[in-house]
Amino acid sequence: MDFLSYLINGISLGSVYAIIALGYTMVYGIAKMLNFAHGDVIMVGCYIVFMMMGKAGVPPIVAILGAVVICTVLGMGIEKLAYKPLRRATSLAVLITAIGVSYFLQNSALLIFGADSKSFTSVVNLPNLQLAGGKLTISSTTLVTVIVCIVIMLALSFFIKKTKAGQAMLAVSEDKDAAMLMGINANATISLTFAIGSCLAAIAGALFCSAYPVLTPYTGSMPGIKAFTAAVFGGIGSIPGAFIGGILLGVIEIFAKAYVSSQLSDAIVFAVLIIVLLVRPTGILGKKIHEKV
Amino acid sequence: MKNLKKSSKDHLITYGILLLVYIVAEILIKTGNMSSLMQGILVPVCVYSLVAIGLNLCVGYLGELSLGHAGFMCVGAFCGAYTTKMLQGTINNEILLFTIALVVGVIMAALFGFLVGIPVLRLKGDYLAIVTLAFGEIIKNIINVLYIAKCSDGMKVAITDGGAIEVDEAIGEMWLVNGAKGINRIPHLSNFTIGMILIFVALFVVFHLVDSRSGRAIMAIRDNRIAAESVGINITKYKMMAFVISAAIAGAGGVLYAHNLSTLTATPTNFGYNMSIMILVFVVLGGMGSFRGSIIAATILTILPEGLRGLADYRMLIYSVLLISMMLFNWAPAAVNWKKKVMASINNKTSKKGQVE
Repeated sequence: MDFLSYLINGISLGSVYAIIALGYTMVYGIAKMLNFAHGDVIMVGCYIVFMMMGKAGVPPIVAILGAVVICTVLGMGIEKLAYKPLRRATSLAVLITAIGVSYFLQNSALLIFGADSKSFTSVVNLPNLQLAGGKLTISSTTLVTVIVCIVIMLALSFFIKKTKAGQAMLAVSEDKDAAMLMGINANATISLTFAIGSCLAAIAGALFCSAYPVLTPYTGSMPGIKAFTAAVFGGIGSIPGAFIGGILLGVIEIFAKAYVSSQLSDAIVFAVLIIVLLVRPTGILGKKIHEKV
Repeated sequence: MKNLKKSSKDHLITYGILLLVYIVAEILIKTGNMSSLMQGILVPVCVYSLVAIGLNLCVGYLGELSLGHAGFMCVGAFCGAYTTKMLQGTINNEILLFTIALVVGVIMAALFGFLVGIPVLRLKGDYLAIVTLAFGEIIKNIINVLYIAKCSDGMKVAITDGGAIEVDEAIGEMWLVNGAKGINRIPHLSNFTIGMILIFVALFVVFHLVDSRSGRAIMAIRDNRIAAESVGINITKYKMMAFVISAAIAGAGGVLYAHNLSTLTATPTNFGYNMSIMILVFVVLGGMGSFRGSIIAATILTILPEGLRGLADYRMLIYSVLLISMMLFNWAPAAVNWKKKVMASINNKTSKKGQVE
């Protein structure tokens, strides 16, 4: 039973990573940049949900909607102000700028909300699920997290395959210049990608903080980095890859915590990243990209 | 002097400035004109300058971003401090003790640089950044669960389970590394002079490297990897060379850092991601590829917050804004074009003036 409950916890944590990893993977696929600030958008989302639920006393669903709207605007704003001017610059410049943005968000939150940790109330308040005559308890947060993740996955796949905007995203990620010649507005598409990614980050943030209810300005950076690991693990640029990578990473982390050492779990997760990159740099579902001269 | 190359002249200027700063600082200390607060940050300034020189080699010349230099610094610091603790009783000469610790720290940092380099240098850009970041976190994690004690019946090592080792300090047993409590009672061997010597040596090494054939190969790889490969440059070898030297210099910074403290612990503030970012800020603000700039930026940005305590809360925020605006100003195509235009118009004006006269 222990094993089963660890597995379920792992899948739940993995679902959160998967939702965050989707944001990374889409942005990476389209803008060819690692959006370091993605993890901090999660943190901003958490604070907004926290403030709206705690201070304004609105129902959780409204708070999440509010966070989604604000994070989406924030994500698009970051893209417009910091990344767009560097569209044709070297990747090193873009990466350092992204780190700067991440740092900016963290320190702004530090000044606005203070360094002390806030205890987050779960956005899910449903009764827990009892299975096998009470031997196995699945918390409602876990259940909701997994369901939300699956719904988001399916919706996103549908969006990309069936809608015009989704097809435009695919086209831009394949070849931006050719897509522009076909009349696709590449800038708007990139902006839309950031919007979707940030919107998912807000949802992921609310779910993550519901499961791990300690909120500080640095809350977002660790899950952010781990979700990036998940995206690389699954194959960056691939949506099902992000899902598989996220779930696997979550399960590995929880098992490492349970069976090896809770202090070493982060080290183990990162070791997985290094091994994956060593053995299969393109990840589980990634395509091998040949560099053109 | 006239026969010197432009780059050599430039290097001499850097050495000269450093020597001047050192002499002025020493005079100020000897005559009692330097506050104890300022004296206290002289060694940290040297530490950050060293690590910034190391990172600049990686970012400015190799063109790859490492977010793990705090990790290399951490390796250097712990290996150095560990060596000192081990040899403390046997070697009494402080300089010799520090030198041995330094050599061990630098070699270990270089070794880790090599080990990390194997997977990392097969990757490019963003992947490299994230793996080095992961490495830094792994190092910090492992050191926090590592327990090594010198007991009467030999050395004892434990991972995560520190309670398994019993240390009775009354009979001369002692902790060498005590998990999250780190290394205690490290002899204070660092001082400003040693720090300055280390900076001189590091500068000597990097200047020679970048002016050599190897250095040109490294820069060729940065500018165009495929073209460099096609003219027969061994990409892996030269990338590894730059990366290992860069890690080794960061390790030297770590050894200096460790011997300036009595208790060395691996916390997110000193060896975490934030430290790597801070060093990156020094490198970017000083100018990527300019070692002199790195030292100046590290010095100013270390002294300034100490002087302006009131701004301490805003310090990191200001850093981040500076970082973003520097990158946009220096790299955005629009800003680059604008700068070119301004420069051209200035040149035009001066040349016209010349014609009139």
